[in-house]
Amino acid sequence: MTELTSLPATRLAALIAAGDVSAVEVTRAHLDRIAATDGLVHAFLHVDADGALAAAEAVDAAVRAGERLGPLAGVPVALKDVFTTKGMPTTCGSAILKGWVPPYDATIVTRLRDAGLPILGKTNMDEFAMGSSTEYSAFGPTRNPWDPSRTPGGSGGGSAAAVAAHQAPLAIGTDTGGSIRQPGALTGTVGAKPTYGGVSRYGLVAFSSSLDTPGPAARTVADAAALHAVIAGHDPRDSTSIPQPVPDVVGAAARGADGDLSGVRLGLVRELAGEGAEPGVVAAFEAAVDTLTKLGARVEEVSCPHFTYALPAYYLIAPSECSSNLARFDGVRYGLRVGDDGTRPLEEVMAMTRQAGFGPEVKRRIMLGTYALSSGYYEAYYGQAQKVRTLISRDFQAAFERVDVLVSPTTPFVAFPFGARTGDPYQMYLADLYTIPSNLYGGPAISVPCGLADGLPVGLQVMAPTMADDRMYLVAAALESALPQPSPPPLKAAPAA
Amino acid sequence: MTAISRDEVAHLARLARLSVTDEELDRFASQLDVILQAVARVGEVATADIPPTSHAVPLTNVMREDRVTPGLTAEEALAGAPDVAEGRFRVPRILEEEQ
Repeated sequence: MTELTSLPATRLAALIAAGDVSAVEVTRAHLDRIAATDGLVHAFLHVDADGALAAAEAVDAAVRAGERLGPLAGVPVALKDVFTTKGMPTTCGSAILKGWVPPYDATIVTRLRDAGLPILGKTNMDEFAMGSSTEYSAFGPTRNPWDPSRTPGGSGGGSAAAVAAHQAPLAIGTDTGGSIRQPGALTGTVGAKPTYGGVSRYGLVAFSSSLDTPGPAARTVADAAALHAVIAGHDPRDSTSIPQPVPDVVGAAARGADGDLSGVRLGLVRELAGEGAEPGVVAAFEAAVDTLTKLGARVEEVSCPHFTYALPAYYLIAPSECSSNLARFDGVRYGLRVGDDGTRPLEEVMAMTRQAGFGPEVKRRIMLGTYALSSGYYEAYYGQAQKVRTLISRDFQAAFERVDVLVSPTTPFVAFPFGARTGDPYQMYLADLYTIPSNLYGGPAISVPCGLADGLPVGLQVMAPTMADDRMYLVAAALESALPQPSPPPLKAAPAA
Repeated sequence: MTAISRDEVAHLARLARLSVTDEELDRFASQLDVILQAVARVGEVATADIPPTSHAVPLTNVMREDRVTPGLTAEEALAGAPDVAEGRFRVPRILEEEQ
């Protein structure tokens, strides 16, 4: 591993801006690292070496010309394959979109390009972001750099594994029920879900529109905050985008790195205090809470009684929205078409196309959502879940009258072996037990490494009120400053997944 | 007690335009039954006077100026389509032969 692939993004940006190293050298080092390791890790579905090097070249030209650069100019980034990229394939991990090349860029992609971040390529994911292990990708699973016989979590396992394996200093994910935070926890990296509406969804292929939130993945809290600042902010092309200034996440991460949390009130959520969690996860989490106390934070227990209904409510709301959103994959405007032999009518061709193009988890969720929205069941399922969502938001609001942030383990268990949860879909859903409440409420939440259990990373989650994203970065950066940075063992080959 | 029958799953698959196999029907029926029994727990919560939340952002009727901006050309919009004819998306027949 060369030094360039080990440095934090913020450090690389400073070296590039000072002319000490070129953006091309930095980008090439990461492309070389991908070439050397991705046969094993399989974090990428598409690598765009030419495009990344051209973008790096443009940054180097700007440095030579003495132009003012953005704070992350020249630092390469990996992009979850759920964002449209003009001229670059976008599959969402699905066979139904294999080979599709979008005609336009997502707003996030435009912002990354404008800020001078070379895009290394598109990362692997559970199909249409539905899953918690990246095993539901139509293009094969991603391996966890900590132990290649285990999953990196999901749905954004590719982005998290790319960052953990030093293939990219930064990556973009999307978090609908935990798909940035849970893989962050399982790969020993930092993953943040911004406030819903804080980052544009324009060009993000929709799974559950009222929950989908793009956000950053990185190896340090400061790097995640810097990337957050690049992608966040109002976008007139997204009608749910919040027309307010972005909280000062970069400043908060810098203050937190001083390791002083005096005056900060932390709420320990009784309902997320480890029920159903592995003992090693609970032990690492409790030790981290002790560390936060030593840094000056005041910790008190709070109760959010409706959080126990968050998982059931989520698995009604998200599939309902998905069954509606994925109706667009009908073999007419883009992607696969199957069975169009000149004799079959449209509806039959659609059903054959969707049958061939969607994998098992997507089909399950489409049918589950179709059921929850059907007449006779709507009130008992979807309607009731929406009311429970209100009660979960009220629990958050009541808690934030007493404390500044809430903390919990990010996920109940460490990285699990391939195949351990695919046989029983509900066992896979439990991976999101602690991350889902923030999605239903809309508030920001971050996962930060907080130690190891049986040699595998554990994450601590910090949840904050809506549009108080700075608070979670402050607390996460303080914890990071007091703990050793987790580093995976050297990559070695594993038995077939 | 089961929450959902195999016949109901077959009906859902037709509604969702998924031509699932018999083997899939068996598997999905048992899996959806487990999932539905678990998520039905939302019914335990008393919500008589609770309004539903459809969205986390309290924005309504977002307006903007009606300005003309460049959009996709017809060629760009059609570029990813599985079948195109005369500058349009070509689809299989919609009406039956004898109509």
